[in-house]
Parts: sequence; structure tokens; C-alpha cells
Amino acid sequence: MAKSPIERFSAIFLIAGLLFFAFSFIASGLVPWLMMNKVPIKSMDDLAKDIPPSFYELAKEYPKEFKQHYGEANKESFKVALEYGRDLYIAEACWHCHSQQVRPVSNESQRFGKVSYAAEYSNVLQMPQMMGTRRVGPDLIREAGKRTNDWHMAHFYKPVSVVPVSVMPEFTWFFDQTKRPNKKGLAMVTYMQWLGSWIKDTTDAMKQSIPAEHRK
Amino acid sequence: MEVTSRNGGGNVLARLKGESPLVDNWVVKAHFIAGISCLFLSVLAGLVFSTQFMRTYLFPGIEPLSPGKLRFIHTNIAAYGFLANLFFGMLYWAIPRLTGLRVWKRGVSLFLFWAWQAILLASVVGFVLGYAQGVEWGETPIFIDPVVVVGVILMTINFYVPIIKTKEKPLYVSLWYFTAAFVWTGLVYVMGNYLPQFFAPGVSGAAIGGLFIHDLVGLFVTPLGWGMMYYFVPLILKKPIYSHALSLVGFWGLAFFYPLQGVHHFLWSPIPMFVQYGAVTSTIAVEIVVTTVVVNFFMTLRGSGSILKTNIPMRWFYTGMVLYFITCLQCAFQVTLTLQQVIHFTDWVVAHAHLVMLGVFGFWLLGVVTHLWPKVTKREWWSLRLNVWHYWLSVVGLVIMFTDLTIAGLVQGFSWKSLQIWEESIIASMPFWMIRAFAGTLIGFGQILWVYNLYKTARFGKPLEESLPVIDREIEVAPASMTRPALAS
Ligand code: HEM
Ligand code: HEM
Repeated sequence: MAKSPIERFSAIFLIAGLLFFAFSFIASGLVPWLMMNKVPIKSMDDLAKDIPPSFYELAKEYPKEFKQHYGEANKESFKVALEYGRDLYIAEACWHCHSQQVRPVSNESQRFGKVSYAAEYSNVLQMPQMMGTRRVGPDLIREAGKRTNDWHMAHFYKPVSVVPVSVMPEFTWFFDQTKRPNKKGLAMVTYMQWLGSWIKDTTDAMKQSIPAEHRK
Repeated sequence: MEVTSRNGGGNVLARLKGESPLVDNWVVKAHFIAGISCLFLSVLAGLVFSTQFMRTYLFPGIEPLSPGKLRFIHTNIAAYGFLANLFFGMLYWAIPRLTGLRVWKRGVSLFLFWAWQAILLASVVGFVLGYAQGVEWGETPIFIDPVVVVGVILMTINFYVPIIKTKEKPLYVSLWYFTAAFVWTGLVYVMGNYLPQFFAPGVSGAAIGGLFIHDLVGLFVTPLGWGMMYYFVPLILKKPIYSHALSLVGFWGLAFFYPLQGVHHFLWSPIPMFVQYGAVTSTIAVEIVVTTVVVNFFMTLRGSGSILKTNIPMRWFYTGMVLYFITCLQCAFQVTLTLQQVIHFTDWVVAHAHLVMLGVFGFWLLGVVTHLWPKVTKREWWSLRLNVWHYWLSVVGLVIMFTDLTIAGLVQGFSWKSLQIWEESIIASMPFWMIRAFAGTLIGFGQILWVYNLYKTARFGKPLEESLPVIDREIEVAPASMTRPALAS
């Protein structure tokens, strides 16, 4: 027993270190990855094919600011604002207090909406994925259209003004001195209103805010 | 103990021949100081962040000090600053003693020390400026990651050279853990930081992200922690580990089952269900494995329990082991798909994270520093009473924090499940969050007393030389020689 080969450097290095690790990676990383392989990863261009009406409303509600930072409301500006919103979502650690994942348990579908499915995460804005592991505040993957743009602006500026007991930080730097949203504020709201917009039915009334040339 | 003189004696011989000593005290001490500074910073960031939960945030309206950014600092500095630095210091002490050989190159050790602190500093600056990477535990900005990888590779070589060259064969238990930890750390870091960022989106990325979260704690922190216990406990008790067979079961069980658990961070997610079942099963399996290790250590202690009254480092070690056992018990429940429905996303998980990160591995490391500080500074403790205060404040603070957050987690989970409006769960959590801040303050206060003591000891402690003959200090009983009697009997 004292000469037991499994107590040698080479055995530990190769079997425990490399082999077991490789096995675990294949079994619990590679297998689910390969199963998703057929689902195409949507690029920003693909995502910009479906612009939620709220984005056009944003351009109307904050015309001066919108024009200054993003110009016209179109595919190009949508891509810029959406991606920047996601970047801020990461930089501000929003994803450490909010999840983006509705589970099929604990009555979550009643609270938040449709249970999450794999394909909806297959896009560049989920690289890295933002499913989250903590909820201080509610889930956000079905946020689109739940609130108005103004509500979000007030909420980012001073959460307790709309939710008196909220413990969410005040993101005053999303606004300029006159308390109008700046580039960051507009981007954040664009991102919030996009989350889950892909499963929302756009009613005829809502379509009114989409300019005719952008309507499908 | 004739074997003893071979390892430890090398140090004396080296001294006589005018060579550099076996253990490089400066590097050990430097890592300890850096690690403890990081503990301070991390606790401070945690405390400041916790004021946000009481709507009394200390720095409102300042973009670089956004609460979320402090959370990055809190968790990353706890893991990569506090735990990692202290582990490195411990390795620079233990590996040369276990192998009887110096680490690869002193220059590399010095370079790595400064490089590691630079990485930490750069990460904090990166977080503050908004460059955090969106990977849990991998928030280190993406452009710093390559430097970390190079650092880990260099460190691996630095420690592998003595492990490969040593004549102590087969390797002692501690070295099994250290050897494996270094293969894993590099692989895990590359996998977790790059695949979800550039290759694997959404659900596939979550599977890999889960692996990364758990591999970091299971394949970096845990093996280094257990390897450390296998080294220091028999040394202080002056007797061999109870059962070599249990040591083997513990190591190989951990090596096989631990890496397979990652997906348990995303249970009930759209990751294929059979992968989730696999993760749950192997998680429960690892509990059994871990229990064997805990049993091994408590059987080793049997008959010597009274040492816990007088020896503070041993007290830290065994407190950590009790907490580890509690963690494992908790894990076996929290990982079930039943309990996950309620406790996932809640403060229950935060309680778990603090229990293991601070209560187990943090406490062990505090014990190691308490044990080694007189040896590396060559001075006696300035105050033994302050060490006792440090112990009690930390333990009481942690137990309050853990109990408090665990209950908070259940309250939140059931509030959500019963479809109360969201705000109800916040109102209900508020008292718990206040108690958390209070408990954190106790812990922080304990650390202040300790740091004061560390400083006083280094500056004004009675020189150790006077009270101990040189030979006793230099010749450590190498634990490698200590398992042999156990094997023979
Ligand atoms: C075998 C023992 C362990 C088991 C079974 C276990 C199980 C789990 C599970 C199931 C979760 C996810 C809970 C949830 O999100 O609902 C979790 C989270 C966590 N565990 Fe462990 N764990 C173990 C050991 C450890 C150790 C040793 C550490 C630290 C050194 C650790 C640190 C963490 C941390 C930091 C989290 C929270 C990460 C997050 O945000 O998701 N765990 N653990
Ligand atoms: C003693 C004072 C401390 C306070 C007040 C404190 C406070 C906090 C807070 C408020 C959070 C965020 C929880 C949330 O997202 O809801 C957190 C997370 C965390 N802290 Fe601490 N902390 C303290 C000490 C420590 C120490 C010493 C460590 C590690 C050794 C640590 C490790 C962690 C970890 C790993 C997480 C992430 C948990 C998760 O993602 O689930 N904390 N802490």
C-alpha cells in the first residue's frame, strides 16, 4: 500500500487533474452545448429586425435627448442603444440583484409570465448569459411593456418615488443636470423594454407608434 | 523520528552552508499581509454595500461607487485577494517543508507576488470604471484575464518543481490536493472566462458558467483548504492522521464528483433536465465523500480534544470543520429540486456562500496565519487575549449572519411562492438585512483587533529566539513521515 501508484504525482496529475476534469466538462458542459448547436445564435442585426414600439415612443418622449445621443429611431440606433444598455446592465451589476429566467416552479409563470425556454437565450446579448442567480428585485426577462418608459425613468432616478419600499440604488448618473435622461438612461430603458419583447403580441393600437415605413 | 531530520534538517544544513533557506519568509509574510489587507477591504465593501439594503447607502449619487460595483469588489477581493493571497502564503510555507526542496525560483515568487497584487488593483479599477465582465466570479475585466492565466501557469511551475523532484514518494496527502488544485485552477479559469463570453451563448453558457462557479470553489478553494488541513492538523497535534484509507477515499471522491456539480447553480433553468439530475446526484454523492474527510479529522482529534482550549489555531481549524459539516448537510438539502423551488435566488444562498467562504475556508486561513505569524516574524504574540477576542467576534458574527440570512431566505422564498406582491418580500427582509449588517460589524471589529495584534507582534513582540532553541524551530516534523506509522499499524 505504501507504494500505491495512485499516490504518485503522475497519477494525480493525469487522472484526477486532467481526466476527471475533461469528463466533467464533456458531461455537464459540452453535452448541453452541443444539444443547442442547431439553434442559430442571433446577431445584433437579427435582433434589430424586431424593434419594440416602446423604442419609437422613447424617441418621441425625449426628442431632444434622443436626437442628441442616437439621432433617428431606426435599426442602427436601436442596435447601439440596446447593446449599450446591456453593457451597463453588466457594469452596474444589475444581474447580481435581478435574474432573467422564469422557472416552471414556485408560481413564477403567474408572477412574471411565460416560462423561459432555451432558444430565447441564443443571441449575442446573452454572451455571457445573464440568467442570474439572485433576486433582490424581481425577474426581468418578461419586463418589456410591463411599465411605461416614463415609469422606468422615474424608477432609475429615484426608485422609492414609484416603489416606496424599494432598496434599489438611485442611478442618478443616467441623467443630466436637468434630470433628463442622458445616453445611459435612454440605453437602459431600451434594454429593459426589449427584454421579453419577442414573445409579446403587438396589438394594432401599439403598432400606431411604429412609423409606417418601419412596420412589417 | 529519524525521517524528520531529512526534511527539516535541510533547512539547517542550508543555513550552515550559507545557502538560501528552504522557506522564503519574506514571500510568506508578504502574501499574508496582502491577504489580510484584502480581507479588510472586502469586509468594508460588504458593509458599505449592505447599507444599500437598509436604504441608507453611504455614497449615493457617485457613479464610481455605485453599490453594484462595490459588490464586485466585495466578492472578487474576498476570493482572489483574501483567500487566494493567504493560500499562496501558506503554500510557500508548506510545499518546501513537505518536499524538502525550495520552490522553483525566488525571482518568480517575488514577481508573482507583485503581479498578483497588480492584477487585484487593476480589477478594482476596472470595476469602478465599468469594465466588469458579465461572468459570475469572473468579473475580472476581460483584458486582465490573459495576465491571470499566465500568472497561474507560472505559479503552477513554481510549485510543481519541488513536488516533482521530491524524494518523498509516494506523495503525502496534502500534496495530492495541491497537485490537483493547480491543474484544475488554470483549466477552470480559461473555461469559465472565455467560453461563455465568446463561444457559448445563453443556456450553453449557463451550463459552463455553473461549472465555473462551482469549480472555483470546489477545485481551487476546497482542495487547497483540505491539503492545508492535512498538513497543519497532524503537525500541531503531533500525531498522524487517523486513517490513510479515508484520506484516499476523500481525495478521489472529491476529484471525481466535485467537478460534475456545476449545473446545480441553474436548477429548473432551460438547461436539459437530465444534466440537472446528474448535477443533483453527484452533489449528494459528494456530501458522503466529504463526510469521510470530516470523520477522519475528528477521529484524529480524539483523545487530544483539550488542545482546543489552549491552541487558537486548532480552534479555528475545528470550528471550520464543524461549519463545513453543517454546510454539507445544508447542501444536500438545498440542492434537491424540491427545496430549490423555494430557496433559489434568495438570501439562503448568500448565507451558504458566507458560511463556506468565510466560516470554513476563511476561518482555516485565519487559523493558519495565527499559527504562522510568530514563526514568520520570529516574535511571540503581543497579546494572546486579542486572538481570543478575534476568534469569538468572528465566530459569533458569522453564526448570526448565517442563521439570519438562512431564515431570511426561507421568508423570501415562501413570500414569492405565495404570490404576495414583490414589495412584501422586501418589507419582510428588512429586519434580516439590518441584523446582517450588525453581524458584519461584529466580524469587522474582530478583524480590527486582530490586525492591531499582528502589527504589535511584528513590531514589539518578544523575539522568538530567546524562548525557543533554534533547532526546535527549524526542524519541523514533516507530516509525510507521520502517515507512515498509521499505514504500518
Ligand atoms: C459539497 C459542498 C457544496 C455543495 C453541495 C454546494 C451547493 C451549492 C448550491 C446548490 C448552490 C446554488 C444554490 C442556488 O443558487 O440556489 C451553491 C451556491 C454557492 N456555493 Fe456552494 N456548495 C458546496 C460547497 C461550497 C464551497 C466549498 C464553497 C466555497 C468555498 C461554496 C460557495 C458557494 C457560493 C459562493 C455560492 C453562491 C454562488 C452563486 O451566486 O450562485 N460552496 N452551492
Ligand atoms: C463581514 C462583513 C460582510 C458583510 C456585511 C457582507 C455583505 C454581503 C452582501 C450584502 C452581499 C450581497 C448579497 C446579495 O446579493 O444579496 C454579499 C455577498 C457575498 N459575500 Fe459578503 N459580506 C461580508 C463578509 C464576507 C466575507 C469575509 C466573505 C468571504 C470570505 C464574503 C463572501 C461573499 C460572497 C461569496 C458573496 C456572494 C454571494 C452570492 O452571490 O450568492 N463576504 N456579502
